Formats: sequence, C-alpha cells, structure tokens
Amino acid sequence: MIDPGQAVKTSSAELPSPVASPGKLIAGVIFGLAFGFLLQKGGVGKYHILLGQLLLQDWTVVKIMMTAVVVGMVGIFVLHHFAKVNLHIKPTKLGPNIIGGLLFGAGFALMGYCPGTGAAALGQGSWDALFGMAGLVAGSWLYAELSGTLKKSVEKWGDLGKLTLADALHIPRGVVVVALAVLLTAALVALERAYPR
Amino acid sequence: MRKMISIGTRLIVAALFCAAPLPAHAAGVTPDALSYPGPAWSPYVVGAGIGVLSWLTFYFSDKPIGASSFYAQVAGFIGKLFAKRHTESLAYFKENPPRVGWEFVFVLATIAGGFLAAWTGGEFENAWLPPMWTARFGDSIALRAVVAAGGGVLMAFGARLAGGCTSGHGISGTMQLNVASWIAVVCFFIGGIAVAMPLFFL
Repeated sequence: MIDPGQAVKTSSAELPSPVASPGKLIAGVIFGLAFGFLLQKGGVGKYHILLGQLLLQDWTVVKIMMTAVVVGMVGIFVLHHFAKVNLHIKPTKLGPNIIGGLLFGAGFALMGYCPGTGAAALGQGSWDALFGMAGLVAGSWLYAELSGTLKKSVEKWGDLGKLTLADALHIPRGVVVVALAVLLTAALVALERAYPR
Repeated sequence: MRKMISIGTRLIVAALFCAAPLPAHAAGVTPDALSYPGPAWSPYVVGAGIGVLSWLTFYFSDKPIGASSFYAQVAGFIGKLFAKRHTESLAYFKENPPRVGWEFVFVLATIAGGFLAAWTGGEFENAWLPPMWTARFGDSIALRAVVAAGGGVLMAFGARLAGGCTSGHGISGTMQLNVASWIAVVCFFIGGIAVAMPLFFL
C-alpha cells in the first residue's frame, strides 16, 4: 500500500462518499480505541488533572504532550525521510491561530475536558462530559454558520501559508528535529524534578 | 432554571473578566488538584504510546490524530436533518461535507477506549460531577451543565478558527513542526490559564 519514493496517496484524492471504506473505518476504530485507552490511563480524562494543569499544579498533561511530540516527531520524520508517510501541514494564519487558540483555551478551562479527552472522560463514566460535548457540537455549528464571513475576514489575517519551524528558522529539518527532541527531553527531565506529581 | 442560567452567566463573565465574585463553596481553602487521584499509568508511558500511535495512523491511515472535526461532522449531520439546503450552503460544510469517515469513527472509538481503560483499571466514575468541581462550586448539576456546555461552544468555535484542538494542533501538528500548531498550543494554555486561575483562586 506504500509506494516509496513517491508521496503516499493522499486522502483528498478519493471521492467524498458519505461513508468511508470498511478498511479505513476499521483502522479508525482500532486507533481510536488505543487513543481513548491511553488517554484514560494517562489520567487526562479526569477533570482535576486537566484543570490541575491549567492551575499549574499538576503537570501530567504537559508531560504526556511533550513525550508524545518527541516520540511521534522522531518516528514521523524518519518515516517521511524514507517516503513512507505524508506530512499534513496546516497553513499558519496568525489571526485565527491566536484568536481561535485563546478562545479554545478559555473554553477548555470552563468545560474541563478538551475534544479528545472529553470523549475518553465520557467513556470513563464522567457524565458531565456530555454537556461539554453538546456544547462542542453547538459551537461547531456556530462556526459553520459564520464560516462564510470568517473566511473573508479573520481567517485572512496574517496568512503565512504552510510553514514549518524549519522553514521559519532557515535550519535544515533534521537539525530542528534533533534539537527539538533534545530540548523537549531536557525540559521533561527538569519538569519531572520540579513536579514529580 | 433562570437563576441557574444567571449563575452560569455570571460564572462565565467572572472567568473571562476576573471581576464578579464567584459562588465559592470552599472559601478560604486553596483548591489543590494534587489531592485527588493521579493517573493510572506514567505520563511518559502514555505519551510514548500516543507518539507511537501517531506513527501508525500516519503509516496505515495517512491521517494525523485529531478529535475536534468529529463534533463539526455531528453538527453537520444534525443540520442536514433539520435544514438540509441551508446546511449545505454554509462555507464550512461545502469544504468539509459531513461524512462517516476515519475521524468520525476514531472519536467514537475513543469513548469506547476510555471505557475499557476505566473498566479494566477499576476507575469507572459513573458520576455527574467531578469532585474538584463540587468542592468549589457545589453539587448543582445544572450549573455544571451550563458552564461545561458554554465552555464547549467556545472551545469548538476556537478549534475551528485555529484549525485544530489539543490533539490535532497540540500533538499531531507540533510534532510535524507546524508553526501554526506551536502558536495555537501556546494560545490554548494562555487562554486556559487565564480563565482557570480566576475560576478557582478568586
């Protein structure tokens, strides 16, 4: 299924049928099960661990995210180097990235779960996640309702196109990956010393 | 109910502008997130697991891990149910027609995965209110519902504007060295801390 030397076939190339192929869906289910399992075991389905991070008392969330980034990054770029995977770079748009990011954070503190951990929280029997998930659906609708206007205004602010740290810093990608892996690992070591939980 | 909404509104306003006094139940007691049960597994094991899972989703599904688009698809399905033509006319749904795709089943399975983990670990909560919430805001489920739903609205709107959530930007985007994702994740935390601090410490 993988064609080395060539970009892997992209998902956008396929026809948008209302239901994806069974193979794709089965893969999605297996990976989703693993994701939810890991999130709950990591404690990030728990309200007090997520809020604890935002109150800077419990650093579990940052530890998980930074470890995932180090491990994921090294693997993805090795796979990409051998043309085994595509990168999925989203365009950098300063306006929407910053405004949307701040709104997201504010909502995160109120709901107490994020879109992924909320799903894991619901699975773990934290029923208040249901209220938040209803809000997420409503908020998505609100965005869609305004999307025509937003695309012509806010979403044009500070559009820098698809940009990676390597492009922005004019440093070869491999160097950035190694440097960032070292930096994040050092940060994790320091974090573990300061906040062993 | 109106009273509940007014309390909820006040809470949101207070959180956003750090002004109005909060209905603090445990006044004088500093909330301590660490006094509640910690994670079952080491965050490094879980983080590495999610990192490896990313390799697999990239390799086998040509997809980065992400969660927020699921909710937009649910919104699209519901919209099509009640106002098909209007829904299909919206710019976002023109570009992202709701479909049962990889992301959709991925998040549904995340719920099931959370259940399996909680069940096998004896951590199934079966509760409407988180203990840390109750200690601070009391045992009104309606208040929690209003605040959580309001938070959800803000969060989904922000995620769509920013182009992803804690998973799509925070993990999948940052690991690809995506500048947008690094900016977004820093803003997630700034926005989150700015609201959580007054919510629990004022």
